[in-house]
Amino acid sequence: MKRHLLSAADLSRDDAELVLQTAAELRSLADRPIKKLPALRGRTVVNLFFEDSTRTRISFEAAAKRLSADVINFSAKGSSLSKGESLKDTALTLEAMGADAVVVRHGASGAPHRLAHSGWVRSSVVNAGDGTHEHPTQALLDAFTLSRHLGRGKAGSLDGRRVAIVGDVLHSRVARSNALLLATLGAEVTLVAPPTLLPVGVDTWPVETSYDLDAVIPKADAVMMLRVQRERMNGGFFPTPREYSRRYGLDGRRMATLQEHTIVMHPGPMVRGMEISADVADSDRSVIVEQVTNGVAVRMAVLYLLLGGAQPGGEE
Amino acid sequence: MAPVPAQPEAPPGATPEPGRVVLDARDIARALTRISHEILERNKGAGDLVLLGIPSRGVPLAERIAERIASVEGYDVPTGSLDVTMYRDDLRLKPARALLHTEIPEEGIDGRTVVLVDDVLFSGRTIRAALDALNDLGRPRAVRLAVLVDRGHRELPIRADFVGKNLPTSLVERVKVTLAGIDDVDAVTIHGEPGAPAGERP
Repeated sequence: MKRHLLSAADLSRDDAELVLQTAAELRSLADRPIKKLPALRGRTVVNLFFEDSTRTRISFEAAAKRLSADVINFSAKGSSLSKGESLKDTALTLEAMGADAVVVRHGASGAPHRLAHSGWVRSSVVNAGDGTHEHPTQALLDAFTLSRHLGRGKAGSLDGRRVAIVGDVLHSRVARSNALLLATLGAEVTLVAPPTLLPVGVDTWPVETSYDLDAVIPKADAVMMLRVQRERMNGGFFPTPREYSRRYGLDGRRMATLQEHTIVMHPGPMVRGMEISADVADSDRSVIVEQVTNGVAVRMAVLYLLLGGAQPGGEE
Repeated sequence: MAPVPAQPEAPPGATPEPGRVVLDARDIARALTRISHEILERNKGAGDLVLLGIPSRGVPLAERIAERIASVEGYDVPTGSLDVTMYRDDLRLKPARALLHTEIPEEGIDGRTVVLVDDVLFSGRTIRAALDALNDLGRPRAVRLAVLVDRGHRELPIRADFVGKNLPTSLVERVKVTLAGIDDVDAVTIHGEPGAPAGERP
């Protein structure tokens, strides 16, 4: 693996399968009495969150702690970031504290890339979501969840599996990372959204697109619903929430058209009643809670593979 | 006079050099049968035993010992595997390694006699790592060690309780265990005669 994890596109198929296989071994840790491994003893992981996040930050924190790393949480609220400190000065501070990895979430697309390639820090940088760009560990945990339910034999093989990603693709870093990673792993991805919520240039992505949810989901092996990110919307992307929900929401009626084995996913946070109805979210097809559990194992795998061995050019 | 290699060196990826066969399939079978009986004798039965193989080749060895114990005692000994990668003291000396499979039997290891099973005992560092790993999994009543080959050169105060064969070796030699199931045949071979460049340590 490379030194940083900035984009799902950085992962070759071998890299991605290595992460998923490692995660599969690490997942059993959750069932043990002592949920601790010594691999990252003495390493420092900084969670640098410029945007609000519950599950991603907690998940990274749990992952780093279970690998015995020291964790420093750094969020924009209540730090000098809210006083107007620049990314560069923050980075220099982290470098001075000797961080081995920086897990960064930022509202601006490309901020983790800037951090990794500016020369400000020597640590590994893990993108935990940047603007509307990418969220590679979410894609990895989604792929992990998919391969546990739909995988054929080897961890990570999703050859020929059909995945529908539905909703606000335009503002979704999850959709972009998933489209790239799932294509790498051999799945056939279809993005389903109203024309206003598909990004410009989606024709260059390794995916199909559709405006018609009812036509796509009966063939899908997995349906991934995306949250409508109203906080990022400053125009009219659809007439009314009710109309959006009727055309692109997953409710009990649509769920009845799914194949027997098809699973329903959501990266969270969900808006029940908007993109997904409560009965679907709580149904036994829904693997939404399992996605959270798998997130810890996948993030442990990423941190272990980035930091567990000899650091490239490091002193150890 | 410098030793002349009998055969030209095989290119990488081709059939590996044959090496000197120290144990063949029947020797290995006899050694495992003896180890199984020794375990039973020492433990006074199979009652609270758990066999944990260290991947990759310790695992099929543990399974074969369990089969032999089952045929003698009519009792299925819980068998699993214990990956020690994250507990190794040389973890940071190489790029991050892929993890191997860990599977602890449902009964757990608390209060039981755990027999660690590995193919070759060399520096003892793998076993130290395994003891640390066990420590995070529970508190066995006792931990024993069974190995197919003890080749000496210990770097830690660790010894095996059950040994298939003591094999005096030089540090430059490499001991290779192949087992049907993972490899083609059952065999223990020695590669790299003294005087050859040092091989990779297991």
